[in-house]
Amino acid sequence: MKFAVIVFPGSNCDVDMYHAVVDELGEEAEYVWHTETSLDGFDAILVPGGFSYGDYLRCGAIARFSPIMDAVKQAAEAGKPILGVCNGFQVLLEAGLLPGAMQRNSGLKFICRPQELAVQQTDTPFTSCYEEGETITIPIAHGEGNYYCDEETLQQLKNQQRILFTYKGNPNGSHEDIAGIMNEKKNVLGMMPHPERAVSAMLGSDDGLKLFKSIVHYWRETHAINA
Amino acid sequence: MYKVKVYVTLRESVLDPQGTAVQKSLNSMNYHEIKDVRIGKYMELSVEKSDRDIDEAIRSMCEKLLVNTVIEDYRYEVEEVVAK
Repeated sequence: MKFAVIVFPGSNCDVDMYHAVVDELGEEAEYVWHTETSLDGFDAILVPGGFSYGDYLRCGAIARFSPIMDAVKQAAEAGKPILGVCNGFQVLLEAGLLPGAMQRNSGLKFICRPQELAVQQTDTPFTSCYEEGETITIPIAHGEGNYYCDEETLQQLKNQQRILFTYKGNPNGSHEDIAGIMNEKKNVLGMMPHPERAVSAMLGSDDGLKLFKSIVHYWRETHAINA
Repeated sequence: MYKVKVYVTLRESVLDPQGTAVQKSLNSMNYHEIKDVRIGKYMELSVEKSDRDIDEAIRSMCEKLLVNTVIEDYRYEVEEVVAK
């Protein structure tokens, strides 16, 4: 399985994403610079965290107009798994691939620490290796992770079981403790916590590894059927 | 030339954590009459005259890039300026 790691000017979790996929899972990955226009040949897309374009104007607002984003949208339409973490989540929100928006943390501080999450759904390409209701610990590192959406959107997210991760002890004021959501088609996931920073016991937690494993399982299963 | 002033504010339905902190600070300085503070952004664009309709152009710029309409509202003023 081959992953693309999108790199914007200011991305800083791209190497961790690559490490998770290549060194921990033994799968293939390649960095794709934001000026590229094609994602042909990739099976899944990772949009990493960082501070694309210095977070100027709004987090993710400028990155979403990068040339590569048209290819990311096409990959989303084609049903390829797309994972956006932290700033990557913000880019996907600005691009309209996921609903809602991010605000400053309610405490106004940048928060960087391990965070307990509840896994809400396991019947997805991203969480099949977890147990439903499982508590996992994954680091958060953000100043604007306070998720907002209107009531209608929230109802849709709930009814369609698109809220994958919620915070235990809400750190940032996020609406309904939301830490990660999927699109309607359930192939695009955005989350503020960093699974790529929790892929081995040496890093303090390997709770994030199962997320990447789930993507690989999903891909193997769909391709075994086709083969 | 035009000078366009764009004011971006958080929608009324959206809580403003920065504004709340500033309001509390003002209240603690004995400005008890302050009941609410909303913090926004101000942008100034210098726009050359073109065939494009200025209102249409500004609105589309706001909605595509300058404003996130999920959480923000905007208004703008257009001022004609004589180039020096």
